[in-house]
Amino acid sequence: MKVERMTVEGMNGERTDIDRINIDQVRADFPILNLKVSGKPLVYLDNAASSQMPQPVIDRIVRYQSQEHANIHRAVHYLSELATKEFEAARIKVQHFLKAKESREIIFTRGTTEAINLVMHGYGRAFIGKGDEIILSALEHHSNIVPWQMLAQEKGAVLRVIPMNDAGELLIDEFEALFNAKTKFLALSHVSNALGTVNPVKAMIAFAHRHGVPVLLDGAQAAPHQSLDVQDMDCDFYAFSGHKMCGPTGIGVLYGKAQLLEKMQPYQGGGDMILSVTFEKTTYNVIPYKFEAGTPPIMAAIALGAAIDYLNGIGLSNIEAYEKELLDYATEKVSALNGVRIIGTAAKKAAVLSFEINGVHPHDVGTILNGDGIAIRTGHHCAQPVMQRFHVPATARASFAFYNTKREIDKLVDGIRKVQEMFS
Amino acid sequence: MSDMRQLYQEVILDHNRKPRNFGSILGANRHAEGHNPLCGDHIKLSVNVLDDKIETIAFEGDGCAICKASASMMTGAVKGKTVQDAEIMVEEFRGMATGTLDLDNQANHLGKLKVFVGVKDLPSRVKCAILPWHTLHAALNPVLSLVEGAESSISTEGEADPVPGTGIGEE
Repeated sequence: MKVERMTVEGMNGERTDIDRINIDQVRADFPILNLKVSGKPLVYLDNAASSQMPQPVIDRIVRYQSQEHANIHRAVHYLSELATKEFEAARIKVQHFLKAKESREIIFTRGTTEAINLVMHGYGRAFIGKGDEIILSALEHHSNIVPWQMLAQEKGAVLRVIPMNDAGELLIDEFEALFNAKTKFLALSHVSNALGTVNPVKAMIAFAHRHGVPVLLDGAQAAPHQSLDVQDMDCDFYAFSGHKMCGPTGIGVLYGKAQLLEKMQPYQGGGDMILSVTFEKTTYNVIPYKFEAGTPPIMAAIALGAAIDYLNGIGLSNIEAYEKELLDYATEKVSALNGVRIIGTAAKKAAVLSFEINGVHPHDVGTILNGDGIAIRTGHHCAQPVMQRFHVPATARASFAFYNTKREIDKLVDGIRKVQEMFS
Repeated sequence: MSDMRQLYQEVILDHNRKPRNFGSILGANRHAEGHNPLCGDHIKLSVNVLDDKIETIAFEGDGCAICKASASMMTGAVKGKTVQDAEIMVEEFRGMATGTLDLDNQANHLGKLKVFVGVKDLPSRVKCAILPWHTLHAALNPVLSLVEGAESSISTEGEADPVPGTGIGEE
């Protein structure tokens, strides 16, 4: 069993049943965790960049490619019908994962980046014009900045940025003050990739809606770590990637409210997104197919479905609780080190620990840790404005997943000490 | 390479802590700027070339230990050399860092700079070590500098092994 029920006794002798991840069982599902790097057991702490894939998802890929593959939505033969059925079943798994109202609100994309670009083209180019304002936050990943900048340049629109405090939390008063009659869109990260800040998205969305402003959430860093409910959050668009949640690369999702998707322009033209084509006129397909031109990544979509099954098998709430334990442990251990500064200390954080070692460039930190088999991310994390805000060129970032252990965090801390010793 | 002390030797750590020829030269006749967006490494070189000889050279900027130590040791190594000899060292350093130069069997002028040989096993760090040398190449080639204007600017973004002489095209 990957999850065990345990009874814990409280201070007053009261007993409560809680679920706990059986870490040995979980780790056994991930073949890559047996690797040795630089002759040492791999300590993989770069999960915010990309997560690893468990055996059931790998098996699903093998089964699909060896027994089920054909192109979808086309032929009447056995394999095409089977592949279509499995592909559409994956869409329904995503719908349930997001608690979306309808499966036609789920569009498969190549990843979060393509999902955001789809909204920029399909919604932004149609409904945002000269002098209109788009609100972003200071925490955004480049993929939720650059598309909007391109749109602003094309249309003569203006980007407004929600500032943050020294802990890496958005300033909500300033956020509210940005709204005016010209505000046409809010593009916001659910969880910051560089700092781990979890934004109070539900309240921010409600505020934006009071001004009639639709909201896109970049959920790339949220989807793997907490249970989601797009109807409860009431976001208009939600984007995330498969490879950050135990699925393969090359697949992502855009959720959009049906009434918005229906009035949007297609993103790309091609096969599968049409109902009829003549040289004079094309009639577009209904949603979601209007936005899925060409042969989609069928295998990757089905594997994403398998990844969702896997995560559900452990339970997103169990994952969230376990990762919080890891983050608290790592924060305590790293804070205790002299000459190490944690960047991003928001009250509500996902399992991301960005840090800086006094007098040592993050790339040297990364290289030296790699010598001990420890994989962390070093650099600007595709969030240069965040780095500028904290006056650092780059940070070292450890990001945890539910298959990491406290023992691995101890190794990270030992590694940081070793770096300090070398540079002293 | 599992023992990082093979790369992070005392000489590199020392040049990182106390970079030599750090600053800029007033009235220098050659300038170039190099940056590595991936790491944020950023080097500004000022060079005085008189009668085809590097009279003085200084660098400023910020970066990782590999980049800073490479820049610091480079300035010491090429000062007093002719432009041609410095260009030969650019080629040799690049060859060493990318593993195409066999230090044991091929004659070279790298001397103490051989301490950087370990980067050849770390593809993501090759750029850090090479950046100062690419910047020097750009500074020494007024033709390249002219393309970009008075100051040339090179970047090693996106290329594990940008070929010297094409640095400007990579922008």
